[in-house]
Amino acid sequence: MTLAETVLGAAFAGLIAYALFGGADFGGGIWDLLAGGTEGGHAVRDRIERSIGPVWEANHVWLIFVLVVLWTGFSRGFAASVTTLYIPLTLAAFGIIARGAAFAYRKSVEALGMRRFFGAAFALSSLLTPFFLGTVVGGVASGRVPPSIGPGDVVRSWVNPTSLLGGALAVLVCAYLAAVFLCGDARRDGEHDLAGAFRRRALAAAVVTGAVGLIGIAVLRADAPLLFEGLTGRGLPVVLVSVAAGLTAFGLLLTRRYVAARIASALAVIAILVGWAVAQYPYLLLPSLTIEQAAAGRATLLALLIALSAGAVILIPALVYLYTLFQKASIEPKSPNRARPSSRQNGHG
Amino acid sequence: MNALQLVVADGVENLLFARTQMALTLGWHIIFACFGIAFPAIVVFTEWLGHRRGEAALTGLAHTWAKAMGVLFAAGAVSGTLLSFEMGILWPRLMDRYGEVFGFPFVLEGFAFFIEAIFVGVYLFGWDRLSPRAHMLSALPMVAAGIAGAFFVVSANAWMNNPTGFRLDAQGNVVDARPWAAMFGPSTWPQFTHMWLAAFVVTGFLVASVYAVAMLRGRRDRHHRMGLLIPLTVAAVITPVQIGVGDWIANTVADNQPAKLAAMEGQYRTTAGAALSLGGIYADDELRYALEIPYGLSLLIHHDPDGVVPGLEEVPADQRPPVNVVHLAYNTMVVIGTGLLGLALWFGLAWWRRRRLPHTVWFLRAVAVSGVAAVVAMAAGWITTEVGRQPWIVYGLMRTEDAVSPADGLAWGLAAVVVVYTVLTVFTVVVLRRLARGRDTLAPQERGQAHEQGQVL
Repeated sequence: MTLAETVLGAAFAGLIAYALFGGADFGGGIWDLLAGGTEGGHAVRDRIERSIGPVWEANHVWLIFVLVVLWTGFSRGFAASVTTLYIPLTLAAFGIIARGAAFAYRKSVEALGMRRFFGAAFALSSLLTPFFLGTVVGGVASGRVPPSIGPGDVVRSWVNPTSLLGGALAVLVCAYLAAVFLCGDARRDGEHDLAGAFRRRALAAAVVTGAVGLIGIAVLRADAPLLFEGLTGRGLPVVLVSVAAGLTAFGLLLTRRYVAARIASALAVIAILVGWAVAQYPYLLLPSLTIEQAAAGRATLLALLIALSAGAVILIPALVYLYTLFQKASIEPKSPNRARPSSRQNGHG
Repeated sequence: MNALQLVVADGVENLLFARTQMALTLGWHIIFACFGIAFPAIVVFTEWLGHRRGEAALTGLAHTWAKAMGVLFAAGAVSGTLLSFEMGILWPRLMDRYGEVFGFPFVLEGFAFFIEAIFVGVYLFGWDRLSPRAHMLSALPMVAAGIAGAFFVVSANAWMNNPTGFRLDAQGNVVDARPWAAMFGPSTWPQFTHMWLAAFVVTGFLVASVYAVAMLRGRRDRHHRMGLLIPLTVAAVITPVQIGVGDWIANTVADNQPAKLAAMEGQYRTTAGAALSLGGIYADDELRYALEIPYGLSLLIHHDPDGVVPGLEEVPADQRPPVNVVHLAYNTMVVIGTGLLGLALWFGLAWWRRRRLPHTVWFLRAVAVSGVAAVVAMAAGWITTEVGRQPWIVYGLMRTEDAVSPADGLAWGLAAVVVVYTVLTVFTVVVLRRLARGRDTLAPQERGQAHEQGQVL
């Protein structure tokens, strides 16, 4: 593995982390959107809020991390991509702003109208943001980003069959991951009704994702032959791992083994992303800009590698501390939690 | 597509849209970034003081501030995300050519921001769950990460003012990029120090001004008095230091960016014994109607009344920054800074002699406006340094118009940004007012049950 591949691999690991953690956050918002009316959907919304409340800011730093490593280590490819794909990227950034602000501010306001407005903004942007990010991936993966600034088509680069597939799959995967993660959270806190409700959602999302994936094979074959070739050639073993992990997760959900289902689901998502990387290798931008051509000089790559290693040593224990603190704490004050939904609504109902 | 093309076709127009969008979003973000840098230290100090004196009013005050910190941090986080998109979307040629040289500190900032996000969550969530000692310890990474993040971001900006750490080959391509060296150019330390202190000045005066307004409305209990006293003390101690650092940074600019300094002063001719000019209008290579302090500029720059200060005439006409904007912004910063120094001295003198706030209502009124004034001063400072760097995005090497994206439709992006930020601003103000009124209001990082516990406090 060359130095450039190692650094790009680290950025890709950040992308995977964003897909898993940030993706589950987005998915939470999507289920919030689909939870129904204010009264009926309250239990589901409350569960989602408790699960993602303290961690969403940290989960979203992964995206910034990916961007800054790319622009430092692979400036050429980065500059070309963001110029061509600036419309979906700007829309995704707006989505992140609307989502983050609405989620944060919703807690601090009491008036039902305001809470509803923020809730709607949060939920809708949770759906749109991963969609736009998925279209970006589709644009890159189908070779629609020319390797220089200027000639790219700012509309067709993301309004095309592969991008639409990418957007749809991103939304579905987020929803699926969130449902699987929430099953476990709900059962750990003894909320068995909610665990069952999220289990049904996870199973439904899995079926739809699988179906869209099958349709996707035909779409990629017609619209992105190079990617299709890579996925069915060199990338096939990884794609099969993803399919196997996905089917295993489905079985585990059916038998209510939520912790194992989490792991299998995460594996399925990781494998499909790795499959994309393998299919595209050694190109950063299909069909002409290779990783080595796009890479920065040696001193910059080395600095990145040092910073990423040192940063990981600081960051990983901090993240583990964050997640364990919240996982532990969510069990302890059980009883006041139960009483809260009704008391809050009565407070200003 | 056709509609888009009708609105915008070429890069020159894009330059205006891109610069406006960058100025708007960056200016918005910096205010919140100040709180990310300075507020954690002020909050945890107040918490520590509360525990040490066993005073619930102080820990309660710290808790209220911690919630506000959570909201401000959320606003800063989302607005910072857009900025990291914009660096590439608006200025792709800057990133394309120089990303490998100066992109590196942003990676480090990514880690700093990550740590800060984690520990803001831990600090707020752990308020009633951790022991006081463990809780205050959990704030330390947040404090350190805020400072480190500021350093990394400012070092990238300092690089744009004084690019170092690489060579250009005959074709003008970057070779031999050394990102560590690029982080420590001549402007980095003075610019970082100035910004770091500015964060405390802005946060201190702004928080104090909220309580000054409340006290003017008759709420003079201990909660409000301490809410005014603690941040005001921080700001009053730092303001004189900040003015000293201002001298340092002016000297750095004089050494490295003479055109910027000349624009700050509205000085066309290279002059020995140059006067310091305040106000006035610059037109036809001359500053008119300005208030002049004889020998002031030479004294300021060279600490010698006869020192020679180079004027704009030394720089080709197409390489001069817009003088009026830079001069006015610089003067605004200096005048407000001097006013804030006066307020700090007033407060310091009263405290030294009588151990209490000055009794006159005018003091509270002055504190009440000091917050907004400090924000204006900081914005003016950034306008000075950013507009003063024009027409360069990388000083002396890459013109801003050559860095801007050629993509169609950037005008729509700007229009959308204006709408999104207007809405965001309105709601941020609504939520902060709500937090100021009710102590049981939840911060975004807190969890529901604190709702009940918060009322016990």
